[in-house]
Amino acid sequence: MKHSFFGGIHPDDGKRYSAASPITPLPPPPQVVIPVSMHIGAPCKPVVQKGDTVKMGQLIAETTGFVAAPIHASVSGTVAAVEPRLHPNGQKVMSIVIDNDGLDTPDESVRSHKEELEKDPHALLELVKNGGIVGMGGATFPTHVKISSGLGKVDTMIVNAAECEPYITSDQRILEEQPDQVIGGIRYLMRMLDLPEAVLAVEGNKPEAIAGLKKRLTPGCGIRLHVLRTRYPQGAEKQLIQSVTGRQVPPGGLPADVACIVFNAHTCWCVNCLAEEGLPSIQRVVTVSGPGVAAPSNFLCRVGTPVSALVEAAGGLKEDVDKIVLGGPMMGSAVFDLSVPVIKGTNAVLGLMPNQNLAKENPVCIRCGRCVAACPMHLQPLYLYAAERKGEIGELERLHITDCIECGCCAYVCPGRLQLVQAFKDGKAQVKNKK
Amino acid sequence: MDQEKEKQHLLSVSVSPHIRTDEDTRSIMLDVLIAMVPALGVAAYMFGFRAILVTLVSCAACVFFEWAYRKLLKKPRSIGDLSAVVTGTLLAYCLPVTIPLWILIIGDFFAIVIVKELFGGLGKNFMNPALAGRAFLFSWPVAMTTWMEPLSYTGFFRISAADAVTRATPLADMAGGKLPEGVTLLQSFLGQVGGSLGEISTFALLLGAVYLLIRRVITLRIPLSFLLTVAVLSFLFPQGNSRLLWTGWQLCSGGVILGAFFMATDYVTSPVNPRAQIVYGVGCGLLTVFIRWFGAYAEGVSYAILIMNATVWLLDKALPRKRFGAVKEKKEKEAAK
Repeated sequence: MKHSFFGGIHPDDGKRYSAASPITPLPPPPQVVIPVSMHIGAPCKPVVQKGDTVKMGQLIAETTGFVAAPIHASVSGTVAAVEPRLHPNGQKVMSIVIDNDGLDTPDESVRSHKEELEKDPHALLELVKNGGIVGMGGATFPTHVKISSGLGKVDTMIVNAAECEPYITSDQRILEEQPDQVIGGIRYLMRMLDLPEAVLAVEGNKPEAIAGLKKRLTPGCGIRLHVLRTRYPQGAEKQLIQSVTGRQVPPGGLPADVACIVFNAHTCWCVNCLAEEGLPSIQRVVTVSGPGVAAPSNFLCRVGTPVSALVEAAGGLKEDVDKIVLGGPMMGSAVFDLSVPVIKGTNAVLGLMPNQNLAKENPVCIRCGRCVAACPMHLQPLYLYAAERKGEIGELERLHITDCIECGCCAYVCPGRLQLVQAFKDGKAQVKNKK
Repeated sequence: MDQEKEKQHLLSVSVSPHIRTDEDTRSIMLDVLIAMVPALGVAAYMFGFRAILVTLVSCAACVFFEWAYRKLLKKPRSIGDLSAVVTGTLLAYCLPVTIPLWILIIGDFFAIVIVKELFGGLGKNFMNPALAGRAFLFSWPVAMTTWMEPLSYTGFFRISAADAVTRATPLADMAGGKLPEGVTLLQSFLGQVGGSLGEISTFALLLGAVYLLIRRVITLRIPLSFLLTVAVLSFLFPQGNSRLLWTGWQLCSGGVILGAFFMATDYVTSPVNPRAQIVYGVGCGLLTVFIRWFGAYAEGVSYAILIMNATVWLLDKALPRKRFGAVKEKKEKEAAK
């Protein structure tokens, strides 16, 4: 049966910039800056001090709550500082600065766990928890929490390789170059969850990745390839579940409420790295792309690498570049300082050109209804916007502002150039403060 | 290094999304204007140059009134969005070609200043400005119902209200309970028929409608539910001696096509929720037929739309899209009972 989600948009996918560029390992930088908050949940507590010698993969910050993921040194060397540094979110966040000794001396914990996982597939949960694995699609939800919430409740595991945000090609390249590692990770997770089958969902705009996967995923192999229509936000968790199974996650609920669990393809790749080589979450593939970047590329880089190093490796920025965005152009955040580090959820660094479509001096809603037609959460952005402007918090709640996933579809299509996403972020905060 | 630093300081920061469609209010209004060009061509052919003159004067007056109002009240200028041009064209299209220009300009004033700007301008008015302007102009009932015979002009450039050859429109015949005489349905479809300036040619209007649909400026929900309602009611309760002809005439005469595709679909004064749009369209159709059958005027489209305009907020509130994932919620509620 074919399912689909309501609404969505078709922006230019921009994948052409970097789709053909192979993943290039970026040499670890002389110094890494690793913030203690790289996931959704409570920040970690540093367990190293200035002057300590650390090895690659060593635990350097431990969790303080259940919804959190521990943090590991991405290089070996000496701790130069434990102090607040600029985080991609624009604020100063406690960070561990490590001077790289260039040796990549591995920690004792960095070893293959293949054998123990063969004996006991459920040991993966503890391994993932200690390995600091989070959702690598950008949401950075701790993976062990996800697994725990789904244990025993789930009948469908979906692997999210939709990569619906324009420009980003990190998942696409991983699927093309290292499909076996991704599939390996999927199998570990399937065994962990005692599921006989998983669905690997890919948007149709990645024909080469799909061709490679088709060869490997023969019928009966336990992993079903699901080619999705290319439409943003196909990779948003709720929309993906709807597209694959037809089920709608209830308001405020979790995928487990509709017996689903979703892992990003890059996360599966990380799980494989962890299981086979014992590498915790200390590296990731980052797409550096966009019209403002000289030589768009995909890099495998260490967590903590400054964004400026990536940009430099991609040939630098074009002169009239206007904005640097971490993540996709629809949901990513603009940064003003390129010294910020790559963190676990940084899937892309985009250089964007000036765009007069983004804002207008006197935005006016003409009630065209395009926002209603585009909202994948069935909301009425124009009425939400009006309510937010008037400060009607009750009306915001009645119109279910908390359902908004901030995907930006409404703002993308708005011919009046209303700052809808901004208004809904503010509106949500108001609703939250009231409670 | 210094240069690099300077560059970093110049980076823009704004909230997501960082890309947006090229389509804006102005481009949408331009599409609507393009879609109305075929109807103006037919009008010029049937009624002479005066059709173009009336349309141009109406547009100019609307733009002027909007500019002047905003200038006087020191509000930001808005004429660049072209919505005043659309209003001017629409108002001209639903008036007789022989309308005296001073009456036309009063209508433009009423539409732009009273109906649109006094409520706050584009997006805030609850009634369709062009239709409200037309309704107001029935203060001059004779001028509003003097219909010129198509192709009756002696010179392309000289038609005034005084020397136009007039005749009854098909709608007037039908209001009397009989099929129109002296003109075929095909002639009416193509536009060789008496009526308001821009409404005569069903064919030209459909051409424009197809353009609007292809450009996704409008969807079919409102026009189709409007037209189907008119068609079904006409088919079920025909007058004259042919069910099919009666239905055909009802759809091709008067302002139904113009109203369904260009006026009922006006963004500002129509609902945004899909189900509400269908109810709105059906309502327009019902009221149109009701007024045509039982009203004092032969035509009901503009009043039907104006009345439905007033229900838009209610329809949108009453018929929103079903909340995402709400199925389970309902079941839970039932289970709780």
